[in-house]
Amino acid sequence: MQTTTPIFKTNHVERETKLHAVAMEVPIVDIQNLNVSARKTQILKNINIIIPKNSITVLLGPSGCGKTTLLKCLNRLTDLYSDLHLTGSIKIDGDDILNTKIDITHIRQKMGLLLQKPYPLPMSIYENIAYGLRLKGIRKRSVISEKVEKHLKEVALWDEVKDRLKSSAQKLSIGQQQRLCLARGLAVEPEIILADEPTSALDPISSRVIEEEFLKLRNDYTIIHVTHILRQARRLADYVVFMYYGEIVEYGPADEIFETPKPDILKEYMKVGH
Amino acid sequence: MTLRRKLEEKIFRVLSALFTLIVVLVLVHIIWSIVEKGMSSLSWQMISQEPKGGFYFGKEGGILNAIAGSFYLAVAATVLAFVISLPVALFMNIYLIKYQRLLISIRFFLDVLWGVPSIVYGAFGFTLMMYFGLRNSLGAATLTVAAMIAPIMIRAMDEVLKTIPIGLQEAAYALGSTKTETAYKVFFREALPGFATAILLAFGRGIGDAASVLFTAGYTDYIPRSFGEPTATLPLAIFFQLGSPIEEVQNRAYAAAIVLTFIVLCISVAARLLYRLRKN
Ligand SMILES: Nc1ncnc2c1ncn2[C@@H]1O[C@H](COP(=O)(O)OP(=O)(O)O)[C@@H](O)[C@H]1O
Ligand SMILES: [Mg+2]
Repeated sequence: MQTTTPIFKTNHVERETKLHAVAMEVPIVDIQNLNVSARKTQILKNINIIIPKNSITVLLGPSGCGKTTLLKCLNRLTDLYSDLHLTGSIKIDGDDILNTKIDITHIRQKMGLLLQKPYPLPMSIYENIAYGLRLKGIRKRSVISEKVEKHLKEVALWDEVKDRLKSSAQKLSIGQQQRLCLARGLAVEPEIILADEPTSALDPISSRVIEEEFLKLRNDYTIIHVTHILRQARRLADYVVFMYYGEIVEYGPADEIFETPKPDILKEYMKVGH
Repeated sequence: MTLRRKLEEKIFRVLSALFTLIVVLVLVHIIWSIVEKGMSSLSWQMISQEPKGGFYFGKEGGILNAIAGSFYLAVAATVLAFVISLPVALFMNIYLIKYQRLLISIRFFLDVLWGVPSIVYGAFGFTLMMYFGLRNSLGAATLTVAAMIAPIMIRAMDEVLKTIPIGLQEAAYALGSTKTETAYKVFFREALPGFATAILLAFGRGIGDAASVLFTAGYTDYIPRSFGEPTATLPLAIFFQLGSPIEEVQNRAYAAAIVLTFIVLCISVAARLLYRLRKN
């Protein structure tokens, strides 16, 4: 942990300028001085980043560096874990979600979530997508059916399931389930998509569908994508946040970062991960 | 493998097989002695008629009053226990998920309640009944049995809910669900196949228990028509008839035991079938 501190320091000024470069873009997520600790151990240390609208920001770093925790802070799923203690602020569309009186369910509806494994709801394929729509107050059958079809087509699942919309979503293959989870997230019409290594359990074809979908969606959505796979980060990222032991070591536009990696630890990560 | 480990493996295997055999033999023996003594008295008349005059001296009649009473009682108590248990089990696994240490204490407390002998529930039910000035009745027995089986049902449901991965909870919240919606629209459905087992487990305990209804149900030769009337139950029918000096009446007790065992057996088989059906 000590070794990372100097790297962080030498790049501090540069990092600040990059922060400003990125800040020129329209920010949608603005994290300031975020610290997360679990009892005595600090999981995230002084996180300061701005995530610009309508782009893909990749959180990159080795396992255990805090990527998942950072992602869960954004829609406050950290509430589920009593031992996590958060300080600092996270502004989403200007609302500080850590210190807000706004209903957390509304904030969560702004963000679609894809986890490492798909978790289809225990209901039919159709109902999986209708569920979130009904929570938003959409009741009209025709509207719901229309949206179900639209979003299943969006994730290239419609042709595979159109004849069995009423059957259990849990009977789909893992790859199909993950695409369904993406579809149900999109149906709620979020602004942000949070994805935590969404392809790690998938076959290559389903992985590619998800990646291609992300590339298509980036013009309309802000995608925050967690991965430890360097090649995937290169394929997807507009911006990269490189994390190591709970700290942000490097941060900025992807092409800059990958062409001239500065911190030693990132160079090493890129060498090993090629 | 060394000789020692081979020997170890062999001894352990033989011991396990031996104990399994003993358990099975004891069970077969119990069932056999019930069937042997009761089979001769088992008849259609016995399960289709209420007791006639002189039934308890070996004359005409049957135990339909006890069969019906036990069913009414077990169904009512199970429904009541379910209505109490469902919110408690969901509350534990949704709202209290953050407080793992508190949960451990609650689970321990429920396990203690599970282990409390049913006669204690019977005495407790009786005290309550006297306090409220009620008489022996189906209603009083329902309350007592529900109190007895609720901890079983809560813990059995809790065990099912515990296995649901936290990812499903996160997915439900991410779609904008409140805690209540997550509990009743997502967790409830996910756990339903497992709940069937929990319900039938509690039902089986409720229909077979004698001590909890000893002071509260009363006993009657008639099928109860309301919760205010006393009711006969199968376990008490067995208990009272077994106390008779007349051999024919004693055999009828064993016949009633066959009926009760058969019902409980059907319930466990149904529980398993239902579980498998729901899973596929
Ligand atoms: N609820 C928690 N309580 C205690 N420690 C946690 C908790 N969640 C995560 N951690 C710890 O925080 C560190 C970062 O975890 P995580 O965010 O899952 O990393 P990553 O997603 O980068 O692999 C790990 O060391 C993990 O053990
Ligand atoms: Mg992770």
